[in-house]
Amino acid sequence: MSELRFEDVTVRYGTRRRGLTAVDGVSLAVPAGEIVGLVGESGSGKSTLARAAVGIAPLTAGRVLLDGRPVPMHGRRRPVQLVFQDPYSSLDPRMTIGASIGETVPRRDSATGSALDRRAEIIRLLEFVELDPALAGSFPGQLSGGQRQRVALARALAARPEVVIADEITSALDVSIQGTVLNLLRDLLGELGTSMLFISHNLAVVRYVASSIAVMYLGRIVEYGPAAQVLGDPQHPYTRDLLAAVPESGHPAGRIADPTPQAVADAEPADPHHPPSGCHYHPRCPIGPLVRPERDICRTTAPGPDHRQHAACHFAGSPTTSQATNTPTPTARPVPVPGDPTI
Amino acid sequence: MAQLSAITATGLPDDSRPARPGSRWLAVLRTPVGACAGLGLLLVLALAVVAPPLWSGQANRTDIGAMLQGPSARHWAGTDNLGRDIFFRVLVASRLSVELALLATAITVLAGLLLGTAGVLLGRRAVRLVTAVVNIAVAFPGILLALFFAVIFGVGAKGAVLAIGVAGAPAFARLAQTLVAGIEQRDFVAAARIAGVGRVRVLVRHVLPNIAEPLIVNAAIGAGGTLLAFASLSFLGLGVQSPGYDWGALLGAGLTGIYEQPIAALAPGIAVILAGLAFNLFGEALAKGIGLTTTLSRVPLGRVRRPVRSSGSVESVVDNDGGPVLEVEDLVVTLPGHGAPISPVCGVGFRIERGEAVGVVGESGSGKSLTALAVTRLIEEPGRVTAARLRFQGTDLLTGPARAHRRLLGTGLAMVFQDPMTSLNPTRRIGRQLAEAARWHDGLSRAAALAKAVDRLRAVRVPAARRRARQYPHEFSGGMRQRAMIGMGLMGTPALIVADEPTTALDVTVQRQVLDLLAAIRRRDSVALLLISHDVAVVSQVCDRVLVMYAGRIVEDLPAADLAATARHPYTRALVAAVPDMRTDLDSPLAVIPGRAPDPARLPAGCAFAPRCPLATDRCRTEQPPLETDAEGRRVACWHAGPVAPEGAARERDTMIAAGRHE
Amino acid sequence: MTSLTSASTIGAARGLADNAAARFVARRLSRFVVSLWVLLTAAFAMIHLIPGDPVRAALGISASPALVAERRHALGLDLPLPVQYWHYLSGVFTGDLGTSTVSQLPVGRVIADRLPATLQLAVAAFVLAIVIAVPLGALMGVLTRGGRARRTELAFTTTSVLLGAIPDFLVGVVLVWIVGVHLHWLPVAGRSGVDSFVLPVVSLAIGPGVVLARILRVEMIAVLQADYVRTARAKRLPALAVYLRHALPNALTSTITLGGLLLSTMVAGTVLVENVFAWPGLGSTIVSSILSKDYPVVQGVVLVYGTGVLAVNLLVDVALALLDPRSTIRES
Repeated sequence: MSELRFEDVTVRYGTRRRGLTAVDGVSLAVPAGEIVGLVGESGSGKSTLARAAVGIAPLTAGRVLLDGRPVPMHGRRRPVQLVFQDPYSSLDPRMTIGASIGETVPRRDSATGSALDRRAEIIRLLEFVELDPALAGSFPGQLSGGQRQRVALARALAARPEVVIADEITSALDVSIQGTVLNLLRDLLGELGTSMLFISHNLAVVRYVASSIAVMYLGRIVEYGPAAQVLGDPQHPYTRDLLAAVPESGHPAGRIADPTPQAVADAEPADPHHPPSGCHYHPRCPIGPLVRPERDICRTTAPGPDHRQHAACHFAGSPTTSQATNTPTPTARPVPVPGDPTI
Repeated sequence: MAQLSAITATGLPDDSRPARPGSRWLAVLRTPVGACAGLGLLLVLALAVVAPPLWSGQANRTDIGAMLQGPSARHWAGTDNLGRDIFFRVLVASRLSVELALLATAITVLAGLLLGTAGVLLGRRAVRLVTAVVNIAVAFPGILLALFFAVIFGVGAKGAVLAIGVAGAPAFARLAQTLVAGIEQRDFVAAARIAGVGRVRVLVRHVLPNIAEPLIVNAAIGAGGTLLAFASLSFLGLGVQSPGYDWGALLGAGLTGIYEQPIAALAPGIAVILAGLAFNLFGEALAKGIGLTTTLSRVPLGRVRRPVRSSGSVESVVDNDGGPVLEVEDLVVTLPGHGAPISPVCGVGFRIERGEAVGVVGESGSGKSLTALAVTRLIEEPGRVTAARLRFQGTDLLTGPARAHRRLLGTGLAMVFQDPMTSLNPTRRIGRQLAEAARWHDGLSRAAALAKAVDRLRAVRVPAARRRARQYPHEFSGGMRQRAMIGMGLMGTPALIVADEPTTALDVTVQRQVLDLLAAIRRRDSVALLLISHDVAVVSQVCDRVLVMYAGRIVEDLPAADLAATARHPYTRALVAAVPDMRTDLDSPLAVIPGRAPDPARLPAGCAFAPRCPLATDRCRTEQPPLETDAEGRRVACWHAGPVAPEGAARERDTMIAAGRHE
Repeated sequence: MTSLTSASTIGAARGLADNAAARFVARRLSRFVVSLWVLLTAAFAMIHLIPGDPVRAALGISASPALVAERRHALGLDLPLPVQYWHYLSGVFTGDLGTSTVSQLPVGRVIADRLPATLQLAVAAFVLAIVIAVPLGALMGVLTRGGRARRTELAFTTTSVLLGAIPDFLVGVVLVWIVGVHLHWLPVAGRSGVDSFVLPVVSLAIGPGVVLARILRVEMIAVLQADYVRTARAKRLPALAVYLRHALPNALTSTITLGGLLLSTMVAGTVLVENVFAWPGLGSTIVSSILSKDYPVVQGVVLVYGTGVLAVNLLVDVALALLDPRSTIRES
């Protein structure tokens, strides 16, 4: 059982003049034995954070610590493992799946120091992810997407990791397969006690697996806390926005009066290459300067994580906030009509 | 030139097929072109081996009495200025020509491979330098580089081998770099690095095996090119020097006397071309054998064949203003498969009333997208569409030429596709892409059409529409592109919007914006909507009615509100249960659907869902259940359809969970 | 509705676009300049990379040491390398490319005499290749898309593979034989009237022309399967509008990306074709100069050819930028 901790991690790509700050000073802890969910939209930097933790994205600043010591990025012993999104790209098509898994098996058992029997270990791992060990000799091309993703999981577990990072591991799978992988994941981690950072854009999936949830927006963590609290009583307006956008059966779009002002509803997601000043979320924020012009601080100053659930918002949890989200105001937005002369 | 065409011909091999390299190489030789090329190559190589020992005597024997003779029975290709037999000289020259070409190719491949794979082993800075050098060198044509190096290495066979070999290296290095970069992007290389696999091992175990095929193909084609390049240098007098001779040297000597004795120039020329072609074709055949991919996911493009009426009486065309927007009956889509044609859509029928929103859900491969393309007549040859009835706004699409329906469909039907990036033409401005339809169908002037386009962009709430209309698709964000697509559909007066996975490529917050927009448009003009999606939640949120498709058939047709609670088909229930939502019970495992969706080429007898169904009985495995309409107008195709008692549903769910374990 | 959001996003987007175009131009120009410098340096270095003493090699073993020393001095080869390099660079920029060791004429004069003939040949071939490739490739792409018209496809592929595999100088030889020797229709050597252009231009253009047509056909087929072509069809545009407005520009873009190098190949192809047709251009000059070890002339002509190739590449890039607005921001 180990704890993975990101301390002020920044990842920048490109030149100083026109670069991209994919991860911007992120501090986040994955406590020992827990599953932390990381949600955010595309371009929020969540995959880059995952890659930084295993050393395939270069750290510009900050540290990634495992139980207080830097995560080893060289040599054979790699206690942090990553499972990739696309099982069609993450397995070498010219290698049998047995060889793929075997490549990650360490030569010696780190606990006992005795040499590991690679073949036995491969069989053990395949059985562990509920695959037929006879599949060890087959190539990835002969497997289904769900089976491939289990192989990828087995390969990550072969390194006997302290922490596993799962980067959108179900989003490339058909809905009928997704459930099998999620069930397996929960069972395995419960059994092994491995910590996990579970990255997904799908809040419902994260809710199902994670005990804590971190929300990322344009390279920064904007809210972090126990899953039930983040989902039940979100403090950051972006978290609320994400929750509201989850399609729910029986809540038809546009049929309930949505208090969001039109300007906010139509705002485009920001370009990560040109992040907005101050709070990155202010050009889309329903409680920010777009709606309340006096809140100029959002444009100028980036908020710190000083609120409940580490919400990085100047106005997190203020009474006006909860009122704005919970009760539809009398001035609910007019029903948007195409061709309406006012727009 | 030859090398370049090779680069275009080969990419990375498709890894969706089982990797059994040996059998694929052999399969190439079984194709007619592959067999011919292989045989030709073998002949050339054999000739190069046996010609000098057999015929050197005849080739070098001078005969002052028979100088510069034309072709005769004794000298098939005549004689040269010393009376030597040109035919035998051409045969013997094959040794030197092929040998030198192979040597030069070896230099090219080795140097190119070293430069091209340096990136895997070296640090970032060294790689940048190598890439820069290769980039500059590759801009210069090979023959120019060869001349340059010929000056340095000196005139003669040795100099020419080095010159041509080195001159070819940049192009080969560039190819190797491109291939390596393609492999390095793949996650399995990253996975190996995370596992602590060293650089050399990554190169040897992961990178090289995956780029070997295209490299070998290009080396084979490159050998043909080298052969020709060598002939050029020797022809110019810069290659093989007298008394040695290769085909190029013979050609150069022959050209001076082409008026008196054309055969002396033509014979070595033909030899060069044949040998070059043998290498070239062999490489191309390999490339084709390896790089060929066949997918059914993509609808092949061709002339639109009019859908054929499958059965039933010919309906008279009635203009029914109050009638349904779309009526489909017994729709079948047939695509050519491996061997026999397959029917990924089979007997689909439904109707959409004015202003109604109908959703189609199903897993990938269920035929939902093909259904959308078929009813909108966008399936082209060799795909075929038949139906008993296909009417749009009362007009029978099964009769009359396609031309006649163009305006009706162009203005009355709007389409929104999944990926707004690839669905808009990258080289045309957004405004003009919108304006186009109005110009064709409404005969508007360019300015009027553009003004309307701006107006429609405004209608779909694209900010600063006038300026945005002058931008290209890549300057739009994903959500804005999808709005522009919807705006394109609004250029006419659509009665129906067909949206095929319109939000799958978008983030949730943007998805909500796009769905809101569609809902607003529907409300204003009572436009009907056919929404295809894999996401049950999206469909049930937006639609009035849902069609559930499985293996090319509709298995259930029910009101969206009933989807979560009272679905009657086990597949529908499974689909709903398998997707976690914000109310899913955290303490019990997710329901799963065991097994895989069936291949449309091998549909089981009976109900296609039977192999995955917890309720399946023998009848299900033999008899196809019909799509029956119940009293409330819901349709379901299942022998065991019926209101399921809560405890029954729970048992079914448990069975599915248990079954999922052993997928 | 002009909210603050959209205004700021638009501002950013516009700035990006302007910058992208400007950056593209700057990048291409700087690449051209760097390549030119590499070319100059390579041309200068060429003479020093020749193993042994190039002067001795040029004059032969029998030449007296005094003559060798004198020639070395005349060529400036006795000076320190950096000084030589400086002299060379400054010479190039003042139009002084040295003196031919054979004819004793200034290299600049030699090139000025020969360049027009080569330039005319190259430009004419350039135009002809494009005139062959674009209609043929586009038509073949449309006809054979989606696996249709298999026979036409086979005929076209076979012919183009054959023609593309035959190097330009062999096409020249065959043309000389058929048209000149057999039919006596056209002159086969020298540069006299317009008719003397026909054979050299055809032999130079036909190979690249058909290969380009082949690439264009493949690209056209790929583009015709693209989603945006489906969109155009969903708009119910007439077929011709779909092909010409939506498919062709995109197919041309990728064809230029892949086949741009072919066009610069034609510049170098003049070397061989000129030798076949005794064309009084730079191509015959460089070969005779290499054979007579007239290094200053070789250096000069290499420089001219290299510059020509770089200019063609720049032209291709510009054409690409005009056809496809994305290309200005795509690669870095």
